[in-house]
Amino acid sequence: MSEKKTDMPAAGQEPLLRVSHLRVSFQTDKALLCAVEDVSFDVRKGETLGIVGESGCGKSISCMSILKLVQGENVRYENGAVLFEGEDTLSMTDKQLQKIRGRKISMIFQEPMTALNPLYTIGDQMGEVLKLHTKLSKKEIWDRCCEMLEKVRIPNSREIMLRYPFNLSGGMRQRVMIAMALLTNPELVIADEPTTALDVTIQAQVLDVMKDLQKEYGCSYIFITHDLGVISEMADRVVVMYGGRVCECAATDTLFEHPYHPYTRGLIASRPYRGMKTDRLPVIPGNVPSLNNKPAGCPFHTRCPDAMDCCREAFPEETAVGEGHTVACWKYAKK
Amino acid sequence: MKHLQREHARRKRDMRREHARETWRLFCKNKAALFGLAILVIFVLVALFADLIVPYENAIAQDASVRLDGPSAAHLFGTDKYGRDVFAQIVHGSRRSLTLGIGTTLLSVVIGGLIGALCGFYGGKLDAIVMRICDIVMCIPALLFALAVVAALGADMINLIIAITIISVPSYIRVIRSVILSIVEQDYIYAARLCGTSNWKIILHHVLPNAMGPIIVQASMNVASMMLTAAGLSFIGMGVQQPTPEWGAMLNEARDSMLDGHLHLLLFPGVAIALSALSLNLVGDGLRDALDPRLKS
Amino acid sequence: MLKYICKRLLLMIPTLLGIIFIVFTVMNLTPGSPGRTILGTTATQEQVDQLNHELGYDRPFLVRFLDYCGDLLQGDMGTSYRTRADFTTELKGRMPTTLKLGIASFVLSSILGISLGILSAVKQYSFADTFCSTTAILFASIPGFFLGMVLIYVFGLQLGWFPTFGGTDFKSYVLPVITLTLSNTVIVQRLTRTTMLEAVRQDYIRTAKAKGCSKSRITWKHALKNAILPVITVMGINAGSVMGGAVICETVFSLPGMGTYILTAIRSKDIPVVMSSTVVLSLIFCVIMILVDVLYAVIDPRIRERVTR
Repeated sequence: MSEKKTDMPAAGQEPLLRVSHLRVSFQTDKALLCAVEDVSFDVRKGETLGIVGESGCGKSISCMSILKLVQGENVRYENGAVLFEGEDTLSMTDKQLQKIRGRKISMIFQEPMTALNPLYTIGDQMGEVLKLHTKLSKKEIWDRCCEMLEKVRIPNSREIMLRYPFNLSGGMRQRVMIAMALLTNPELVIADEPTTALDVTIQAQVLDVMKDLQKEYGCSYIFITHDLGVISEMADRVVVMYGGRVCECAATDTLFEHPYHPYTRGLIASRPYRGMKTDRLPVIPGNVPSLNNKPAGCPFHTRCPDAMDCCREAFPEETAVGEGHTVACWKYAKK
Repeated sequence: MKHLQREHARRKRDMRREHARETWRLFCKNKAALFGLAILVIFVLVALFADLIVPYENAIAQDASVRLDGPSAAHLFGTDKYGRDVFAQIVHGSRRSLTLGIGTTLLSVVIGGLIGALCGFYGGKLDAIVMRICDIVMCIPALLFALAVVAALGADMINLIIAITIISVPSYIRVIRSVILSIVEQDYIYAARLCGTSNWKIILHHVLPNAMGPIIVQASMNVASMMLTAAGLSFIGMGVQQPTPEWGAMLNEARDSMLDGHLHLLLFPGVAIALSALSLNLVGDGLRDALDPRLKS
Repeated sequence: MLKYICKRLLLMIPTLLGIIFIVFTVMNLTPGSPGRTILGTTATQEQVDQLNHELGYDRPFLVRFLDYCGDLLQGDMGTSYRTRADFTTELKGRMPTTLKLGIASFVLSSILGISLGILSAVKQYSFADTFCSTTAILFASIPGFFLGMVLIYVFGLQLGWFPTFGGTDFKSYVLPVITLTLSNTVIVQRLTRTTMLEAVRQDYIRTAKAKGCSKSRITWKHALKNAILPVITVMGINAGSVMGGAVICETVFSLPGMGTYILTAIRSKDIPVVMSSTVVLSLIFCVIMILVDVLYAVIDPRIRERVTR
């Protein structure tokens, strides 16, 4: 296995988070289904790492694994390590994890409708984070929450604190989630499709809020989405995932200008852009393979226009094709 | 067009068969449920072939010479204070107890299902009135109401079935009505309506098959408790009357004998009731888990 | 909120009227009359008619119904056909027995059921869970009257720890309360387990975990509050079934409570007693159901908003 971009320009220091060779599976009564295989990526201080891929490609599961938050009794973190500030979160006890969750790494979830407990007020739920991780008094907690709500541009925050989730619109709830995630000034915020469930106009506002807060607090983001538009706007670097594997990894501009992997090319080609000549968008034929009949070799070979014989047999090793740009495809593999 | 319809019907039938097979597969994986099913089958067979196992006369014939005997070769489960064979009573009692449990459930499902479906589908005044009545009936402690009904109609098997059906129908109406309401809201019903399908056809072909799962779940959870209620009523003398053999009534008889230490009169009918209720509960749980994996515990 | 409670209490009046009407109708369906039941088959028709007249039973159905409702409004619960005893006096003597039995078993079964249910859900598939679930389904299958008699046999007759026959001291309540508690515990336990397992799968539980909540905090604060709502409904229904179960339980243990009183009354077509007992028990049940709905509104802000609007 090749070591990944340890020699990046900005990196003189250790990355904030390093996921290496992560494998996550689900134990079913029939078999062990592998959802994420050999996934590695780094997140540096203050940057935004975008992870793109179609639904079911394992992007959410890889990120949930960072805090061991994958739902279900049958999850197995089989292999690999997640080094956060030099410590492996996968081998941590629940107690140790609880100290990191919400304080150093926090999360924003996709569904603002269901991600908040319906029976507690916004104030209760926001305050809980501070109650768990700080020694602030009730009054201080309250003030800090109000301040944070104002930062995510929620008007009359004092009143909102007493409201329940069902009183708020989807956009408002998602802002509450963002405010909640940033309350403790965490090092890393993992946002799992934070804007997918929102209207386009609301989406733009929420993204703005997130960018502003990053400037103010200097935290890193992992931004999971299937929307390339959002990625190009938010991310500094992008990891492209398909079928539980990393296909390509590069700085955002490089990726959009010079995509190497046939899947990345397909994704970029299927975006609409202004002044398009055809009335039809190009599509990638076929569907994402399901977990229980994943093809052998490179998972993309069933849909790949350039598939070769070797693609069916083994997964290609990562190859550096430029500065900080790696791709896992037989076309570019150095044999 | 005709050809398309036939094709559609065939596909639907296949899907339903597939679903039934899947349900059965899930059910078979549940060991406890299979165990319950086995016991239940034995009880049903005993009830069906009771006359072949032991003649009915043995259950009612009194024999003063063998009063309150313990279990022996001649009388497997012993005899009661009139010298009647307990084994024969248990065997023939199974008919009544199982009929009371399963029969009342089927009856309530059919009646409750019909009323509930009508209420859910048509709504309006009918719905309002029926729901109001249901609310009222459900406010009366169930056993008390059943008692009053039995007292009014006279204590016998048929009236017991009627009484128990009356107290259980309202809850079925409610469940089925809410199921129907949630189904009627769904897009494929709108689609069927848009196509001009008649209301009855919609109910029969679209609504009922989809409501079947929740109905079976509710019913299977209730069979055992209905059987126990019926036995309870017989126990306090407001159900099946002596000398007709029935497990609840047998336990009533056993009360005095037990205080004199004749335990067999208590244990055999008691275990028979508990075992059959257990089998129904296990099968019910298995069915629920197989039909509604979301609820799976 | 107060307005909502008042509204519910007012709505109880038509419900109670409906109950009275239904039970009154059912009780009057029977052929035969209280006179015949009291005097037996040997009495002449004149004697029976005479008694029916004295009891006011020879008046038309509707008149008797309205008459009864009128009396109720004035606080007169009627007198027994059979014993000519005042119902209210009898109620005062018997209600405490049934209430003690009912409340004790309700409280016990709720506490036991909820805590065992939580235990089962938190330690899913553990030994404790399997044990609880197995015992639960076993006890759900054993009818109360059989269990009661077994308890009498073992603890009353063989061990002699408790009386085999009804009394009024603490000891004579132990076995009946156990009998009545077990089956209700099972219902609460099973439901709590299901709703808890359902609740911990929700997205907001993942959010709570991501916040850094400990497992116990998630269970007790986030999951339980959501899981308890359906359990409360069932506890309310249980409270009602305790009233009904008392009939059988009191019969088994020969306790002088409302259950045995109603049973005798039903057997002898003692209409005023049956009516008034039903009214009292249904009233209690209705109040409990209102309490359940109020609790719902207290716990769930969505419902609170809907009902107080």
